[in-house]
Amino acid sequence: MTTGNPMMYVGAVGLIMIGLFTVLSKRNLIKIIVGLTLLDTGVNLLLVAIGYIHNRTAPILTQAHADPSKMVDPVPQALVLTAIVIGLGVTALALALAIRVYGHYKTLDTRKIRGLKW
Amino acid sequence: MRAFVSFSVLALIVVGLALSLSHVPFGKDRMQVANYYLDHGVADTGATNLVTAVVLNYRALDTLGEVTVLFIASLGLGVFLSWPKKKEGTQEEGKRELPEASLIVRRGSQFLFPLIILFGGYIFLHGHLTPGGGFQGGSVIASAFLLMFLGNNAYRLRHTPLTVTESLAGITFVVVGLIGLGVGGYFLNNFLPKGSMFSLFSAGVIPILYSAIGLKVGAELSGIVANMFESRSER
Amino acid sequence: MIYIAILTVAMLIAGLAAYFFRDLIAAVVACAAVSLIASVLFYLLQAPDVAMAEAAIGAGLTTAIFVIAIRKTGRYEK
Repeated sequence: MTTGNPMMYVGAVGLIMIGLFTVLSKRNLIKIIVGLTLLDTGVNLLLVAIGYIHNRTAPILTQAHADPSKMVDPVPQALVLTAIVIGLGVTALALALAIRVYGHYKTLDTRKIRGLKW
Repeated sequence: MRAFVSFSVLALIVVGLALSLSHVPFGKDRMQVANYYLDHGVADTGATNLVTAVVLNYRALDTLGEVTVLFIASLGLGVFLSWPKKKEGTQEEGKRELPEASLIVRRGSQFLFPLIILFGGYIFLHGHLTPGGGFQGGSVIASAFLLMFLGNNAYRLRHTPLTVTESLAGITFVVVGLIGLGVGGYFLNNFLPKGSMFSLFSAGVIPILYSAIGLKVGAELSGIVANMFESRSER
Repeated sequence: MIYIAILTVAMLIAGLAAYFFRDLIAAVVACAAVSLIASVLFYLLQAPDVAMAEAAIGAGLTTAIFVIAIRKTGRYEK
C-alpha cells in the first residue's frame, strides 16, 4: 500500500457502520434520518479517500505551467460535490414526511405506527 | 431479536465491504479517464479548476439530471408540508411562539445578509478559476436566508421571486445546451471562445452554466428552509 | 498524518455520540460535528471544492433543518 493514511478508510467505513446501525436499530424516525446523514457523510468520505494519492495537490491549476501529473483524481470529487447537495434535498424530504407522520399519529415511534413495524 | 437481526445484517455488510475494498488499489495511480481529464482538461475547456471542468463540460448532462433531482425533492417537500391546507389562525399562532431576538441580533443579521449574498455570488462566478462553484455558492446564499429567518421573527420570504429565479435559471441551462446542440452538433457543446487562462471571462459557457446552477440551487435551498419555517407546528 | 488520525478518532466519537444521545437536539449537534470534521478531512484529502460544500451544507443547512423539524415534533426519544 503506497497510501499514506489507512486511518482514512477506517474513519469512512466506521462512519458507514455507525449510520447503518442507527438506521437498523433505532425506533425514532428523526434518529433514523440522523443515521442516514451519517451514512451519507461516510460514503462521501470513502469515495474521496479512494481518489486521494499521497503527496499530490488539489486538481486546480494555480499557474500556467503547473504539472497535471502531480494532482489527485478529480472524478470522485466531482461526483461527491453533487451528492452532498442532493443529500440535503433527500434529508429535507424525509424530514417533511416525518413531520406529516407526527401530525397524523402524534408519535415518531415506529412500533406505534401501523405499516412501519418490523 | 431486533438487535440480533441488525447485528447480523451489519456483519454481512462489513464482510462484503472488506472483501470488495481489499481489491481496490488504494492510493496507486489514477484511472485512465482521470489522466485524460487532467492532461487535456485545460486545453479542452479553458477552466483551470478541473473539478469544474468535469462537472460542467465532460459530465454536464449528469449535472442537469442532478439539478433535476434536487428540484423534485424540493417540490415534494413543498407538497408534503402545504397539504392539507392550513386553517386560518393556526398560522398566526405558530408565528408568535418565540420571543423576539435582541436588537443586536436583528440588526447584525440584516447587516450581514447582503454581504453573504455577495460572497455566494463571488463563489459561483469564480467557479471555473478557484475552489467553489454553483453548488457551494447556492448553499452560501441559502444560509444567508437562514440567518434572516433565525434573526428576525417576523421575516417572511416572498415565494414568487424565488420561483421565477429558479425557473429562469433552469431554462437558461437548457437553452445554452440547445444552442450548443445547434452550433456544435451535441447537447451542451462549449461553443463560446475559451479566452485566456485565469481571467473571469474565459472557459466559454462554463461561467454562464455555473451562475445558472448557483441561482437555481440557492433559490431551491432557500425555498426548502422557508417551507420548513412556515409550515405549521404539529404539537 | 497524526492530525488525520486525531480527527478521524474525534469524528467516530462524535458519530457514536449521535447514536447514543437520547436528546435529539444533542444528537443533531453531534451530527453537525461529524460533518464539520469531515469537511476538514476533505480539505486534507486535497478536495477543497467538496470541503466548501460539506461545510456549508452538512454543518450549516442540514443542522438548521433538523432543528426546525424537531421543534415541530417531539424533542426526546423515548
